[in-house]
Amino acid sequence: MTTTIPAPRTSYTPPKRRRVNWEKWGWLYMRVSGLFLVVLIFGHLFVNLVAGNGVRAIDFAFVAGKWADPFWVVWDTLLLWLALIHGANGMRTITNDYAHNPLLRRLILLAILASTVVLLVLGTLVIYTFDPCPANAVAGSLPDFCPVK
Amino acid sequence: MPENSAGTLAPQPAAKLKIKPPRLSGTLYRGREGMWSWVLHRITGVAIYFFLLVHILDTSIVRISPQAYNGVIDSYKQPIMGIGEFFLVVAIGYHALNGLRIILIDFWSVGARHQRLMFVIVILLWIVLIAGFAPEQIRTIVLEIQGHTSA
Repeated sequence: MTTTIPAPRTSYTPPKRRRVNWEKWGWLYMRVSGLFLVVLIFGHLFVNLVAGNGVRAIDFAFVAGKWADPFWVVWDTLLLWLALIHGANGMRTITNDYAHNPLLRRLILLAILASTVVLLVLGTLVIYTFDPCPANAVAGSLPDFCPVK
Repeated sequence: MPENSAGTLAPQPAAKLKIKPPRLSGTLYRGREGMWSWVLHRITGVAIYFFLLVHILDTSIVRISPQAYNGVIDSYKQPIMGIGEFFLVVAIGYHALNGLRIILIDFWSVGARHQRLMFVIVILLWIVLIAGFAPEQIRTIVLEIQGHTSA
């Protein structure tokens, strides 16, 4: 191993700090999450829009039945986080491309970030605090597995 | 054309002037299939994003009460929404297929070389997907026009 010693009178330059290349990780995220989303979204569309009676079959009891199964809880959580961050990052790219006014650009980026955080928190809370047999339900709107009042 | 043939040996500055400007047309995202695939990817992406915002909010109503959620979902069971769903699936289908093409362009060693062929394949698969989904969705829309809530 050889060590090079700089000439004594060369001026000192502080070592360059290696910054995290966020743009690179964002680029990679779009591709990796996209791969997962192809499976997650087509599965979601097939089960909710095509299989059975399609969108006509969807109501409170349908959602309660799905979320009684941890498989769909995990599926929908992944869908929420991967899709919303994928979409928000895409909107960020488009904003950076077209919003030339710096103030407007900052405002749009802030709005995208704020709506993403709010919807991620809201969606996650909805999935994990969901009550399939709420007390305020009208008769007949609950799934079969709820105790009869 | 050989650029360093003995016959064209000239002083350095003169030789530098002869270098052609970089070829801008023919790069992946400039013009033709490469550009239009990108334009469509953006348009479908923005449309899907705004649907996603609404979709997270409407699903969140499931936490308020069964009646509130059923009321909102019933508004989806209208012919006009059935047509909207059709275009949503069309947009998602393109965005997904072209997204896979982008992944292949970026990570497959010969992906960029075959991008135009892959675009043709994307469009063909897209048509197959639409043809597979359309009959079922048209049936749904017709039933909704006739006023059925379940078939």
